[in-house]
Amino acid sequence: MHPACQHCHEQPATVHLTNILDGGEKRERHLCEACAEKEGVLPKPVNVMAELSAFVQTGKAPAQQVAGLTCPQCKLTFVEFRNKGVLGCPADYDAFAKALTPLIERAHQGASHHVGKTPRRLGVARSADGDLIRLRRELTRAVDDERFEDAAQIRDTIRSLEAS
Amino acid sequence: MTINKIMDKPGCWLGDGGPLSDIVISSRIRLARNVAGYPFLSRATHAQRRDLAAFLRERLESSSFRPDFTYIDVDQLDELGCQVLVERHLVSRQLVEAKGARGVSVSESQNTVVMVNEEDHLRMHVVRAGMQLDEIWAAIDKLDDSIETEVDYAFHPRYGYLTACPTNVGTGIRVSVMLHLPALKLTGEIERVLRAAKDMNLAVRGLFGEGTEATGDFFQVSNQVTLGRAEKEIVSEFRSTIVPRIVEYERMARQALLDEKSRALDDRIFRSYGTLRHARTISSEETLLHLSHIRLGVHIGRIKDVPVKVLNELFLETQPAHLQKAHGGKLTGEQRSAARADLIRRKLGCA
Repeated sequence: MHPACQHCHEQPATVHLTNILDGGEKRERHLCEACAEKEGVLPKPVNVMAELSAFVQTGKAPAQQVAGLTCPQCKLTFVEFRNKGVLGCPADYDAFAKALTPLIERAHQGASHHVGKTPRRLGVARSADGDLIRLRRELTRAVDDERFEDAAQIRDTIRSLEAS
Repeated sequence: MTINKIMDKPGCWLGDGGPLSDIVISSRIRLARNVAGYPFLSRATHAQRRDLAAFLRERLESSSFRPDFTYIDVDQLDELGCQVLVERHLVSRQLVEAKGARGVSVSESQNTVVMVNEEDHLRMHVVRAGMQLDEIWAAIDKLDDSIETEVDYAFHPRYGYLTACPTNVGTGIRVSVMLHLPALKLTGEIERVLRAAKDMNLAVRGLFGEGTEATGDFFQVSNQVTLGRAEKEIVSEFRSTIVPRIVEYERMARQALLDEKSRALDDRIFRSYGTLRHARTISSEETLLHLSHIRLGVHIGRIKDVPVKVLNELFLETQPAHLQKAHGGKLTGEQRSAARADLIRRKLGCA
């Protein structure tokens, strides 16, 4: 059982801070997560990391989760794909995204986003796409380098570009 | 253009000349594309496959596109005709072995080809003699654009051009160069070169590409990564790093052989020359080996009376289907070996 939060006195304190003051004196504080976050003393790298890696989708899906995947368009199952090595229709790329992404990354030296030519009919989207591609690369690099503030900023830019 | 008309022309990619052509036989770029709104071929019904073939054929034949293209309906082609297309590297074995509606559109010069209903709905390639990847990229980029004005491609904002096999997704590009590396083979250094190529994520295959062993002195080196790198980036890596490096190794090996083992090298070259000038029956495998040695002999100036053009023609015409097509019907293995030896002697001027 955790002691109660020193701030709200309600929730159990799960965040334990030890500050070393100038004179070398130690000061301990015990807060619950919500209060710690409110006070801004809870660093968020773990959460940001999880969020960002979900965003760049580098996570691997557990086997039992992917086995049941079926494409709503062509009805191909992921297991059938794995046995044959060829996909059934363009929609498979989205239907199997979770399971397919790690495979694609392995086949393409870690890459998961297209760079290069795009169909002309996408016309105007072309330049925005180029920016997105560049930003996603930067995002991956920022996450790899653990520059989380930069990463969060890049992520927001990507979101606003995608929304526009 | 019928198969016979195709037979009459050597296909300019086998012509002599082209940059670095003493080592780079040909360079080629392929793009894989699929039509939006249709399943990939493994999941397509017979009717969908037929629709696709008819639709694409009509687009490819429309005069606005490229007037010098001829569409060949592979489903209607006899076995020998199919084999001729494979021997000319115009189509893959996979295309002729597939079932159902499928075909190939071939340009007059035979250096531009669009396969319909192979592994993907469209597989186009441009090939040239020697090292000409920049020119080829410009040509195939244009070809792709012109097909795209008529056809909506399956494209994904994240994954790029969607292909039946995820190993081709993204750009759908395969850049490949056919290399003649007899000296590296003779010195045994080829293994090191092949290992280095594999470390660079390159595929090394034999004379007929996918599924063929890299045996003999001819090697096809191609990229495997198609996602996350722009087409031009891949092409430029071949132009400025991969090809020059392998070419340099081969040249060094040739020089080393000339400096240190010149008699043994000459012996090999002239034995091959002698064999081809006098043999009365010969297999295609043995022919390939000797043609390779003679080609080396020509390029290092040891053999002066055989034009490269004749060698290139022999590479093509001594293959089984070409021999039978020229003969006008089926030949047994034994008859082919005899016809092959006769053809070679005739072409080398010693019939």
